[in-house]
Amino acid sequence: MIDLAWYPVWLRNFKVWRKLAGPSLLGNLADPLLYMLGLGYGLGGLLQRVDGVPYLNFLAAGMLCYSVMNSATFETLYSAFSRMHVQKTWEAILNTPLGLKDVLLGELAWATSKAMLSGAAILLVIWSLGLQADFAMSLALLPVVVLTGFCFAGLGLAINAVSPNYDFFLYYFTLAITPMVLLGGVFYPPSALPDWLATAAGWLPLTHAIELARPLVLGRWPEMPVWHGAVLVAYGVAGFAASLVLTRRRLLR
Amino acid sequence: MVDGLDLELAPGRCHGLLGPNGAGKTTTLRLALGLIGADAGEIALMGHPMPQAGGAARRRVGVVPQTDSLDPDFTVRENLLTYGRYFGLPHAEMAARIPELLAFAGLEGKAEAPIASLSGGMKRRLTLARALINDPELIFLDEPTTGLDPQARHLIWQGLRRLIAQGKTLLLTTHFMDEAERLCDVISVMDRGRIIAQGSPRELIQAHIEPHVVEVYGEGLAAWRDCSAHFCRRCETVGETLFCYTDTPQAVVADLEAQGTAGLRYLHRPANLEDVFLKLTGRDLRD
Repeated sequence: MIDLAWYPVWLRNFKVWRKLAGPSLLGNLADPLLYMLGLGYGLGGLLQRVDGVPYLNFLAAGMLCYSVMNSATFETLYSAFSRMHVQKTWEAILNTPLGLKDVLLGELAWATSKAMLSGAAILLVIWSLGLQADFAMSLALLPVVVLTGFCFAGLGLAINAVSPNYDFFLYYFTLAITPMVLLGGVFYPPSALPDWLATAAGWLPLTHAIELARPLVLGRWPEMPVWHGAVLVAYGVAGFAASLVLTRRRLLR
Repeated sequence: MVDGLDLELAPGRCHGLLGPNGAGKTTTLRLALGLIGADAGEIALMGHPMPQAGGAARRRVGVVPQTDSLDPDFTVRENLLTYGRYFGLPHAEMAARIPELLAFAGLEGKAEAPIASLSGGMKRRLTLARALINDPELIFLDEPTTGLDPQARHLIWQGLRRLIAQGKTLLLTTHFMDEAERLCDVISVMDRGRIIAQGSPRELIQAHIEPHVVEVYGEGLAAWRDCSAHFCRRCETVGETLFCYTDTPQAVVADLEAQGTAGLRYLHRPANLEDVFLKLTGRDLRD
Protein backbone atom coordinates (compact mmCIF):
# COMPACT_ATOMS: atom_id res chain seq x y z
CA MET A 1 0.00 0.00 0.00
CA ILE A 2 1.27 3.45 -0.82
CA ASP A 3 1.66 5.56 2.29
CA LEU A 4 -0.14 8.85 1.74
CA ALA A 5 0.09 10.07 5.33
CA TRP A 6 2.00 13.12 4.03
CA TYR A 7 -0.91 14.28 1.89
CA PRO A 8 -2.53 16.56 4.55
CA VAL A 9 0.82 18.38 4.86
CA TRP A 10 0.91 18.92 1.10
CA LEU A 11 -2.72 20.03 1.16
CA ARG A 12 -2.07 22.54 3.96
CA ASN A 13 0.68 24.17 1.92
CA PHE A 14 -1.45 24.13 -1.20
CA LYS A 15 -4.35 25.83 0.59
CA VAL A 16 -2.09 28.56 1.93
CA TRP A 17 -0.56 29.02 -1.51
CA ARG A 18 -4.00 29.29 -3.11
CA LYS A 19 -4.72 32.32 -0.95
CA LEU A 20 -1.69 34.11 -2.34
CA ALA A 21 -1.60 32.49 -5.75
CA GLY A 22 -1.81 35.74 -7.73
CA PRO A 23 1.56 37.28 -6.90
CA SER A 24 3.13 33.84 -6.73
CA LEU A 25 2.05 32.88 -10.24
CA LEU A 26 3.09 36.27 -11.57
CA GLY A 27 6.55 35.78 -10.07
CA ASN A 28 6.76 32.28 -11.54
CA LEU A 29 5.96 33.58 -14.98
CA ALA A 30 7.18 37.15 -15.20
CA ASP A 31 10.64 36.70 -13.77
CA PRO A 32 11.97 34.00 -16.07
CA LEU A 33 9.99 35.44 -18.98
CA LEU A 34 11.82 38.76 -18.61
CA TYR A 35 15.15 36.97 -18.37
CA MET A 36 14.35 34.93 -21.42
CA LEU A 37 13.11 37.80 -23.54
CA GLY A 38 15.71 40.29 -22.33
CA LEU A 39 18.68 37.99 -22.70
CA GLY A 40 17.23 36.05 -25.60
CA TYR A 41 16.58 39.08 -27.77
CA GLY A 42 19.09 41.50 -26.25
CA LEU A 43 22.09 39.19 -26.08
CA GLY A 44 20.74 37.02 -28.87
CA GLY A 45 20.85 40.02 -31.19
CA LEU A 46 24.60 40.26 -30.71
CA LEU A 47 25.24 36.55 -31.10
CA GLN A 48 24.84 34.77 -34.36
CA ARG A 49 23.87 31.24 -33.41
CA VAL A 50 24.66 29.11 -30.39
CA ASP A 51 24.87 25.38 -30.94
CA GLY A 52 23.40 25.96 -34.34
CA VAL A 53 20.18 27.62 -33.17
CA PRO A 54 19.12 31.21 -32.36
CA TYR A 55 20.19 32.20 -28.84
CA LEU A 56 16.62 32.48 -27.57
CA ASN A 57 15.94 28.85 -28.54
CA PHE A 58 19.20 27.81 -26.89
CA LEU A 59 18.42 29.74 -23.73
CA ALA A 60 14.90 28.28 -23.35
CA ALA A 61 15.98 24.95 -21.80
CA GLY A 62 18.39 26.74 -19.49
CA MET A 63 15.71 29.08 -18.24
CA LEU A 64 13.32 26.16 -17.79
CA CYS A 65 15.72 24.27 -15.51
CA TYR A 66 16.89 27.42 -13.75
CA SER A 67 13.34 28.41 -12.97
CA VAL A 68 12.42 24.94 -11.69
CA MET A 69 15.55 24.86 -9.53
CA ASN A 70 14.84 28.30 -8.09
CA SER A 71 11.25 27.50 -7.31
CA ALA A 72 12.06 24.26 -5.46
CA THR A 73 14.95 25.93 -3.65
CA PHE A 74 13.04 28.98 -2.44
CA GLU A 75 10.15 26.82 -1.26
CA THR A 76 12.36 24.46 0.76
CA LEU A 77 14.56 27.20 2.16
CA TYR A 78 12.60 30.34 2.98
CA SER A 79 9.05 28.99 3.02
CA ALA A 80 9.80 25.69 4.74
CA PHE A 81 12.01 27.50 7.24
CA SER A 82 9.13 29.83 8.11
CA ARG A 83 6.89 26.85 8.71
CA MET A 84 9.50 24.93 10.68
CA HIS A 85 11.19 27.64 12.70
CA VAL A 86 8.99 30.72 12.82
CA GLN A 87 5.40 29.51 12.71
CA LYS A 88 6.12 26.18 14.45
CA THR A 89 3.78 24.52 11.97
CA TRP A 90 5.89 21.37 11.92
CA GLU A 91 5.88 21.12 15.70
CA ALA A 92 2.10 21.40 15.72
CA ILE A 93 1.88 18.59 13.14
CA LEU A 94 4.26 16.38 15.12
CA ASN A 95 1.78 16.41 18.02
CA THR A 96 -0.74 14.64 15.76
CA PRO A 97 -0.47 11.05 14.51
CA LEU A 98 1.84 12.24 11.71
CA GLY A 99 5.58 11.81 12.08
CA LEU A 100 8.56 13.77 10.87
CA LYS A 101 8.86 11.58 7.79
CA ASP A 102 5.33 12.55 6.79
CA VAL A 103 6.05 16.24 7.34
CA LEU A 104 9.19 16.14 5.22
CA LEU A 105 7.60 14.00 2.50
CA GLY A 106 4.72 16.49 2.36
CA GLU A 107 7.18 19.37 2.04
CA LEU A 108 9.18 17.48 -0.61
CA ALA A 109 6.04 16.78 -2.62
CA TRP A 110 4.86 20.35 -2.22
CA ALA A 111 8.15 21.93 -3.29
CA THR A 112 8.25 19.57 -6.26
CA SER A 113 4.70 20.62 -7.13
CA LYS A 114 5.59 24.29 -7.00
CA ALA A 115 8.64 23.65 -9.14
CA MET A 116 6.41 21.88 -11.66
CA LEU A 117 4.16 24.92 -11.71
CA SER A 118 7.13 27.15 -12.51
CA GLY A 119 8.24 24.68 -15.14
CA ALA A 120 4.77 24.61 -16.67
CA ALA A 121 4.76 28.41 -16.88
CA ILE A 122 8.06 28.42 -18.79
CA LEU A 123 6.89 25.58 -21.01
CA LEU A 124 3.85 27.64 -21.93
CA VAL A 125 6.16 30.49 -22.93
CA ILE A 126 8.34 28.10 -24.94
CA TRP A 127 5.34 26.68 -26.73
CA SER A 128 3.65 29.99 -27.35
CA LEU A 129 6.86 31.46 -28.81
CA GLY A 130 7.37 28.24 -30.76
CA LEU A 131 10.89 27.81 -29.43
CA GLN A 132 10.68 24.02 -29.49
CA ALA A 133 11.82 22.14 -32.56
CA ASP A 134 9.30 19.35 -32.16
CA PHE A 135 6.21 19.70 -29.99
CA ALA A 136 5.77 15.98 -29.32
CA MET A 137 9.37 15.67 -28.24
CA SER A 138 9.09 18.73 -26.02
CA LEU A 139 6.43 16.89 -24.00
CA ALA A 140 9.28 14.77 -22.68
CA LEU A 141 10.37 17.92 -20.84
CA LEU A 142 7.58 17.29 -18.32
CA PRO A 143 9.33 14.38 -16.56
CA VAL A 144 12.58 16.37 -16.67
CA VAL A 145 10.83 19.17 -14.81
CA VAL A 146 9.56 16.71 -12.19
CA LEU A 147 13.00 15.17 -11.66
CA THR A 148 14.69 18.57 -11.45
CA GLY A 149 12.12 19.84 -8.98
CA PHE A 150 12.48 16.72 -6.85
CA CYS A 151 16.27 16.97 -6.91
CA PHE A 152 16.42 20.56 -5.66
CA ALA A 153 13.57 20.08 -3.18
CA GLY A 154 15.51 17.26 -1.54
CA LEU A 155 18.73 19.28 -1.45
CA GLY A 156 16.92 22.36 -0.13
CA LEU A 157 15.33 20.44 2.74
CA ALA A 158 18.77 19.27 3.85
CA ILE A 159 20.06 22.85 3.90
CA ASN A 160 16.93 23.98 5.71
CA ALA A 161 17.54 21.40 8.41
CA VAL A 162 20.89 22.87 9.42
CA SER A 163 20.08 26.55 9.00
CA PRO A 164 20.07 28.69 12.16
CA ASN A 165 18.38 31.63 10.39
CA TYR A 166 17.38 33.05 7.01
CA ASP A 167 20.81 34.60 6.42
CA PHE A 168 22.40 31.18 6.38
CA PHE A 169 20.71 30.45 3.04
CA LEU A 170 23.01 32.96 1.36
CA TYR A 171 25.83 30.44 1.78
CA TYR A 172 23.87 27.94 -0.24
CA PHE A 173 23.01 30.49 -2.89
CA THR A 174 26.55 31.80 -3.14
CA LEU A 175 28.34 28.46 -2.92
CA ALA A 176 25.91 26.19 -4.76
CA ILE A 177 23.13 27.89 -6.69
CA THR A 178 25.10 30.71 -8.32
CA PRO A 179 27.95 28.44 -9.50
CA MET A 180 25.35 26.11 -10.95
CA VAL A 181 23.62 28.91 -12.80
CA LEU A 182 26.89 30.17 -14.24
CA LEU A 183 28.61 26.84 -14.90
CA GLY A 184 25.73 24.46 -15.47
CA GLY A 185 24.93 25.59 -18.97
CA VAL A 186 21.98 27.93 -18.44
CA PHE A 187 23.40 30.79 -20.53
CA TYR A 188 26.05 29.07 -22.64
CA PRO A 189 27.12 25.52 -23.42
CA PRO A 190 29.56 24.06 -20.84
CA SER A 191 31.80 23.26 -23.81
CA ALA A 192 32.62 26.98 -23.89
CA LEU A 193 34.35 26.58 -20.53
CA PRO A 194 37.95 25.42 -19.99
CA ASP A 195 38.14 21.65 -19.61
CA TRP A 196 38.74 21.60 -15.86
CA LEU A 197 35.81 23.91 -15.25
CA ALA A 198 33.54 21.92 -17.53
CA THR A 199 34.55 18.76 -15.66
CA ALA A 200 33.72 20.41 -12.37
CA ALA A 201 30.37 21.53 -13.79
CA GLY A 202 29.67 17.89 -14.61
CA TRP A 203 29.26 17.25 -10.88
CA LEU A 204 26.51 19.81 -10.51
CA PRO A 205 22.92 18.56 -10.66
CA LEU A 206 21.70 21.51 -12.73
CA THR A 207 24.14 20.52 -15.49
CA HIS A 208 22.43 17.14 -15.75
CA ALA A 209 18.97 18.70 -15.83
CA ILE A 210 20.05 20.92 -18.72
CA GLU A 211 21.75 18.00 -20.52
CA LEU A 212 18.30 16.42 -20.57
CA ALA A 213 16.21 19.50 -21.31
CA ARG A 214 18.26 21.26 -23.99
CA PRO A 215 18.27 18.51 -26.63
CA LEU A 216 14.55 17.99 -26.05
CA VAL A 217 13.84 21.65 -26.83
CA LEU A 218 16.11 21.52 -29.84
CA GLY A 219 14.52 18.36 -31.22
CA ARG A 220 17.05 15.64 -30.33
CA TRP A 221 16.96 12.84 -27.82
CA PRO A 222 19.43 13.48 -24.98
CA GLU A 223 22.58 11.43 -24.80
CA MET A 224 22.68 9.14 -21.76
CA PRO A 225 19.22 10.11 -20.49
CA VAL A 226 19.21 7.38 -17.84
CA TRP A 227 22.52 8.56 -16.43
CA HIS A 228 21.42 12.19 -16.16
CA GLY A 229 18.09 11.21 -14.67
CA ALA A 230 19.82 8.92 -12.18
CA VAL A 231 22.12 11.73 -11.06
CA LEU A 232 19.13 14.00 -10.40
CA VAL A 233 17.34 11.26 -8.47
CA ALA A 234 20.49 10.46 -6.50
CA TYR A 235 21.02 14.07 -5.46
CA GLY A 236 17.37 14.40 -4.48
CA VAL A 237 17.29 11.14 -2.51
CA ALA A 238 20.58 11.93 -0.77
CA GLY A 239 19.34 15.40 0.15
CA PHE A 240 16.05 14.07 1.43
CA ALA A 241 17.70 11.31 3.46
CA ALA A 242 20.04 13.87 5.00
CA SER A 243 17.10 16.15 5.78
CA LEU A 244 15.36 13.33 7.64
CA VAL A 245 18.36 12.72 9.87
CA LEU A 246 19.25 16.38 10.36
CA THR A 247 15.72 17.64 10.98
CA ARG A 248 15.15 14.84 13.48
CA ARG A 249 18.28 15.94 15.27
CA ARG A 250 17.07 19.52 15.21
CA LEU A 251 13.45 19.14 16.30
CA LEU A 252 13.18 15.83 18.10
CA ARG A 253 15.75 15.73 20.82
CA MET B 1 16.99 16.12 31.10
CA VAL B 2 14.79 13.86 33.16
CA ASP B 3 15.96 11.02 35.34
CA GLY B 4 14.24 8.24 37.26
CA LEU B 5 10.84 9.63 36.39
CA ASP B 6 7.88 7.48 37.43
CA LEU B 7 4.54 8.95 36.45
CA GLU B 8 1.22 7.23 36.10
CA LEU B 9 -1.92 9.03 34.94
CA ALA B 10 -5.26 7.92 36.39
CA PRO B 11 -8.10 8.20 33.87
CA GLY B 12 -10.47 11.09 34.40
CA ARG B 13 -8.16 13.02 36.69
CA CYS B 14 -6.28 16.24 36.20
CA HIS B 15 -2.57 15.81 36.79
CA GLY B 16 -0.22 18.69 37.34
CA LEU B 17 3.48 18.79 36.62
CA LEU B 18 4.94 21.59 38.65
CA GLY B 19 8.49 22.78 38.52
CA PRO B 20 10.79 25.73 38.00
CA ASN B 21 12.09 26.54 34.52
CA GLY B 22 14.30 23.76 33.27
CA ALA B 23 12.89 21.18 35.69
CA GLY B 24 12.07 18.86 32.77
CA LYS B 25 8.33 19.42 32.45
CA THR B 26 8.28 19.89 28.69
CA THR B 27 10.81 17.09 28.22
CA THR B 28 8.48 14.81 30.15
CA LEU B 29 5.60 15.70 27.83
CA ARG B 30 7.76 15.16 24.73
CA LEU B 31 8.86 11.77 26.02
CA ALA B 32 5.27 10.78 26.77
CA LEU B 33 4.18 11.85 23.26
CA GLY B 34 6.91 9.76 21.69
CA LEU B 35 8.58 12.80 20.12
CA ILE B 36 11.84 11.81 21.73
CA GLY B 37 13.06 8.45 22.93
CA ALA B 38 14.30 7.71 26.42
CA ASP B 39 17.78 6.32 26.97
CA ALA B 40 16.37 3.87 29.48
CA GLY B 41 13.03 2.87 30.90
CA GLU B 42 9.59 2.27 29.47
CA ILE B 43 6.91 4.71 28.38
CA ALA B 44 3.36 3.81 27.40
CA LEU B 45 0.78 6.25 26.07
CA MET B 46 -2.84 5.06 25.85
CA GLY B 47 -1.43 1.56 26.24
CA HIS B 48 0.95 1.90 23.30
CA PRO B 49 4.70 1.57 23.72
CA MET B 50 6.49 4.85 22.98
CA PRO B 51 8.05 6.11 20.87
CA GLN B 52 7.48 3.08 18.58
CA ALA B 53 3.69 3.40 18.36
CA GLY B 54 3.61 7.19 18.62
CA GLY B 55 1.23 7.71 15.71
CA ALA B 56 -1.42 5.30 16.99
CA ALA B 57 -1.23 6.67 20.54
CA ARG B 58 -1.35 10.34 19.52
CA ARG B 59 -4.55 9.66 17.57
CA ARG B 60 -6.38 9.66 20.93
CA VAL B 61 -4.43 12.49 22.54
CA GLY B 62 -4.80 16.27 22.30
CA VAL B 63 -1.87 18.64 22.78
CA VAL B 64 -1.83 22.34 23.69
CA PRO B 65 1.80 23.35 23.14
CA GLN B 66 3.56 26.09 25.01
CA THR B 67 4.25 28.30 22.00
CA ASP B 68 1.64 29.52 19.56
CA SER B 69 1.64 27.32 16.48
CA LEU B 70 -1.61 28.39 14.83
CA ASP B 71 -1.47 28.83 11.07
CA PRO B 72 -1.40 32.61 10.56
CA ASP B 73 -2.49 32.31 6.92
CA PHE B 74 -5.73 30.52 7.81
CA THR B 75 -8.93 31.62 9.47
CA VAL B 76 -10.09 30.16 12.78
CA ARG B 77 -12.21 27.56 11.01
CA GLU B 78 -9.48 26.66 8.51
CA ASN B 79 -7.06 26.15 11.38
CA LEU B 80 -9.38 23.58 12.92
CA LEU B 81 -10.05 21.83 9.60
CA THR B 82 -6.37 21.70 8.70
CA TYR B 83 -5.40 20.27 12.07
CA GLY B 84 -8.19 17.69 11.93
CA ARG B 85 -6.91 16.48 8.56
CA TYR B 86 -3.63 15.50 10.23
CA PHE B 87 -5.75 13.01 12.20
CA GLY B 88 -7.40 11.79 9.01
CA LEU B 89 -10.80 13.01 10.19
CA PRO B 90 -13.49 13.17 7.51
CA HIS B 91 -14.49 16.68 6.52
CA ALA B 92 -18.18 16.17 7.39
CA GLU B 93 -17.35 15.01 10.90
CA MET B 94 -15.15 18.05 11.50
CA ALA B 95 -17.65 20.47 10.00
CA ALA B 96 -20.28 19.13 12.39
CA ARG B 97 -17.94 19.42 15.35
CA ILE B 98 -16.51 22.88 14.73
CA PRO B 99 -19.49 24.97 15.97
CA GLU B 100 -19.40 23.02 19.23
CA LEU B 101 -15.65 23.57 19.57
CA LEU B 102 -15.96 27.28 18.84
CA ALA B 103 -18.70 27.57 21.46
CA PHE B 104 -16.50 25.72 23.94
CA ALA B 105 -13.66 28.14 23.26
CA GLY B 106 -15.91 31.20 23.42
CA LEU B 107 -15.14 31.94 19.78
CA GLU B 108 -18.67 31.89 18.37
CA GLY B 109 -18.91 34.21 15.40
CA LYS B 110 -15.14 34.10 14.91
CA ALA B 111 -15.08 31.15 12.51
CA GLU B 112 -14.02 33.27 9.55
CA ALA B 113 -11.74 35.59 11.52
CA PRO B 114 -8.06 35.70 10.56
CA ILE B 115 -5.66 34.64 13.30
CA ALA B 116 -3.99 38.05 13.39
CA SER B 117 -7.26 39.60 14.59
CA LEU B 118 -7.42 37.41 17.72
CA SER B 119 -6.20 38.44 21.16
CA GLY B 120 -3.65 36.36 23.04
CA GLY B 121 -6.39 34.76 25.12
CA MET B 122 -8.46 33.93 22.04
CA LYS B 123 -5.46 32.30 20.37
CA ARG B 124 -4.87 30.13 23.43
CA ARG B 125 -8.53 29.13 23.50
CA LEU B 126 -8.39 28.31 19.80
CA THR B 127 -5.28 26.21 20.44
CA LEU B 128 -7.26 24.39 23.13
CA ALA B 129 -10.19 23.88 20.75
CA ARG B 130 -7.73 22.64 18.11
CA ALA B 131 -6.42 20.05 20.56
CA LEU B 132 -9.98 18.75 20.95
CA ILE B 133 -10.71 18.28 17.24
CA ASN B 134 -10.08 14.52 17.50
CA ASP B 135 -12.19 14.21 20.70
CA PRO B 136 -9.15 13.00 22.67
CA GLU B 137 -9.36 10.99 25.88
CA LEU B 138 -6.14 12.49 27.19
CA ILE B 139 -5.07 16.10 26.83
CA PHE B 140 -1.57 17.46 27.38
CA LEU B 141 -1.33 21.14 28.22
CA ASP B 142 2.09 22.76 28.37
CA GLU B 143 1.78 25.97 30.40
CA PRO B 144 -1.65 26.77 28.97
CA THR B 145 -2.05 30.16 30.64
CA THR B 146 1.48 31.56 30.57
CA GLY B 147 1.39 35.15 29.34
CA LEU B 148 -2.36 35.61 29.73
CA ASP B 149 -4.10 38.25 31.81
CA PRO B 150 -6.27 37.15 34.78
CA GLN B 151 -9.53 37.34 32.84
CA ALA B 152 -8.15 35.19 30.06
CA ARG B 153 -6.69 32.70 32.54
CA HIS B 154 -10.07 32.27 34.22
CA LEU B 155 -11.69 31.54 30.86
CA ILE B 156 -9.11 28.82 30.15
CA TRP B 157 -9.61 27.34 33.62
CA GLN B 158 -13.35 27.28 33.07
CA GLY B 159 -12.79 25.31 29.87
CA LEU B 160 -10.41 22.90 31.56
CA ARG B 161 -12.87 22.28 34.40
CA ARG B 162 -15.53 21.40 31.85
CA LEU B 163 -13.16 18.91 30.25
CA ILE B 164 -12.44 17.36 33.64
CA ALA B 165 -16.19 17.17 34.27
CA GLN B 166 -16.57 15.37 30.93
CA GLY B 167 -14.22 12.69 32.23
CA LYS B 168 -11.16 13.65 30.18
CA THR B 169 -7.72 12.96 31.58
CA LEU B 170 -5.51 16.05 31.74
CA LEU B 171 -1.79 16.43 32.16
CA LEU B 172 -0.93 20.04 32.78
CA THR B 173 2.44 21.67 33.25
CA THR B 174 2.53 25.01 34.97
CA HIS B 175 4.51 27.17 37.26
CA PHE B 176 1.42 28.93 38.56
CA MET B 177 0.62 27.42 41.92
CA ASP B 178 -2.91 28.76 42.03
CA GLU B 179 -3.59 27.14 38.69
CA ALA B 180 -2.38 23.77 39.93
CA GLU B 181 -4.20 24.13 43.22
CA ARG B 182 -7.49 24.97 41.51
CA LEU B 183 -7.44 22.38 38.77
CA CYS B 184 -5.33 19.38 39.68
CA ASP B 185 -6.31 16.26 41.57
CA VAL B 186 -2.73 15.07 41.67
CA ILE B 187 0.39 17.16 41.53
CA SER B 188 3.92 16.03 40.85
CA VAL B 189 6.55 18.56 41.83
CA MET B 190 9.58 18.28 39.55
CA ASP B 191 13.02 19.68 40.01
CA ARG B 192 16.21 18.99 38.08
CA GLY B 193 14.57 16.22 36.10
CA ARG B 194 13.14 14.30 39.03
CA ILE B 195 9.80 14.13 40.78
CA ILE B 196 10.48 15.28 44.31
CA ALA B 197 6.95 15.18 45.73
CA GLN B 198 3.58 13.86 44.68
CA GLY B 199 0.03 14.07 45.99
CA SER B 200 -3.13 16.12 45.99
CA PRO B 201 -2.66 19.84 46.73
CA ARG B 202 -3.98 19.31 50.24
CA GLU B 203 -1.78 16.30 50.88
CA LEU B 204 1.28 18.17 49.70
CA ILE B 205 0.54 21.08 52.00
CA GLN B 206 -0.10 18.77 54.94
CA ALA B 207 2.94 16.64 54.31
CA HIS B 208 5.47 19.33 53.62
CA ILE B 209 4.58 22.48 55.41
CA GLU B 210 3.13 24.02 58.56
CA PRO B 211 -0.52 24.98 58.13
CA HIS B 212 -0.13 28.72 58.71
CA VAL B 213 2.10 31.45 57.40
CA VAL B 214 2.60 34.88 58.87
CA GLU B 215 4.47 37.23 56.58
CA VAL B 216 6.10 40.04 58.51
CA TYR B 217 7.65 43.10 56.93
CA GLY B 218 8.34 46.77 57.48
CA GLU B 219 10.43 48.73 59.97
CA GLY B 220 11.33 47.01 63.21
CA LEU B 221 11.55 43.64 61.52
CA ALA B 222 15.15 43.14 62.58
CA ALA B 223 14.28 43.71 66.25
CA TRP B 224 11.29 41.39 66.17
CA ARG B 225 13.13 38.68 64.23
CA ASP B 226 15.26 37.83 67.26
CA CYS B 227 12.30 36.81 69.39
CA SER B 228 10.26 35.28 66.60
CA ALA B 229 11.87 31.87 67.02
CA HIS B 230 9.73 31.22 70.08
CA PHE B 231 6.55 31.13 68.07
CA CYS B 232 7.58 29.94 64.62
CA ARG B 233 8.47 26.40 63.80
CA ARG B 234 10.44 27.62 60.83
CA CYS B 235 11.42 31.09 59.64
CA GLU B 236 12.71 32.22 56.29
CA THR B 237 13.77 35.67 55.20
CA VAL B 238 13.27 36.63 51.60
CA GLY B 239 14.33 40.13 50.74
CA GLU B 240 12.71 42.32 53.34
CA THR B 241 9.99 39.88 54.33
CA LEU B 242 10.10 37.28 57.07
CA PHE B 243 8.04 34.17 56.40
CA CYS B 244 7.03 32.61 59.67
CA TYR B 245 5.68 29.04 59.32
CA THR B 246 3.71 27.95 62.35
CA ASP B 247 1.00 25.73 63.85
CA THR B 248 -0.02 28.45 66.28
CA PRO B 249 -0.53 31.63 64.32
CA GLN B 250 -2.54 33.21 67.14
CA ALA B 251 0.57 33.36 69.31
CA VAL B 252 2.58 35.02 66.56
CA VAL B 253 -0.13 37.52 65.78
CA ALA B 254 -0.68 38.27 69.47
CA ASP B 255 3.01 38.95 69.94
CA LEU B 256 3.11 41.17 66.86
CA GLU B 257 0.12 43.12 68.15
CA ALA B 258 1.68 43.37 71.59
CA GLN B 259 4.86 44.78 70.19
CA GLY B 260 2.85 47.57 68.71
CA THR B 261 5.91 48.68 66.83
CA ALA B 262 4.95 51.32 64.35
CA GLY B 263 5.84 50.27 60.82
CA LEU B 264 5.91 46.50 61.55
CA ARG B 265 3.23 44.97 59.38
CA TYR B 266 2.08 41.43 58.91
CA LEU B 267 -0.18 39.19 56.85
CA HIS B 268 -1.57 35.98 58.25
CA ARG B 269 -2.72 33.41 55.73
CA PRO B 270 -3.11 29.65 55.39
CA ALA B 271 -0.15 27.86 53.84
CA ASN B 272 -0.54 27.19 50.14
CA LEU B 273 1.07 25.22 47.39
CA GLU B 274 3.51 28.01 46.63
CA ASP B 275 4.98 27.67 50.11
CA VAL B 276 5.43 23.94 49.50
CA PHE B 277 6.92 24.59 46.11
CA LEU B 278 9.42 27.14 47.38
CA LYS B 279 10.37 24.94 50.30
CA LEU B 280 10.99 21.97 48.01
CA THR B 281 12.69 23.70 45.12
CA GLY B 282 14.39 26.57 46.94
CA ARG B 283 14.16 30.26 46.33
CA ASP B 284 17.11 30.72 44.01
CA LEU B 285 16.35 31.89 40.49
CA ARG B 286 16.38 29.36 37.65
CA ASP B 287 17.11 30.37 34.12
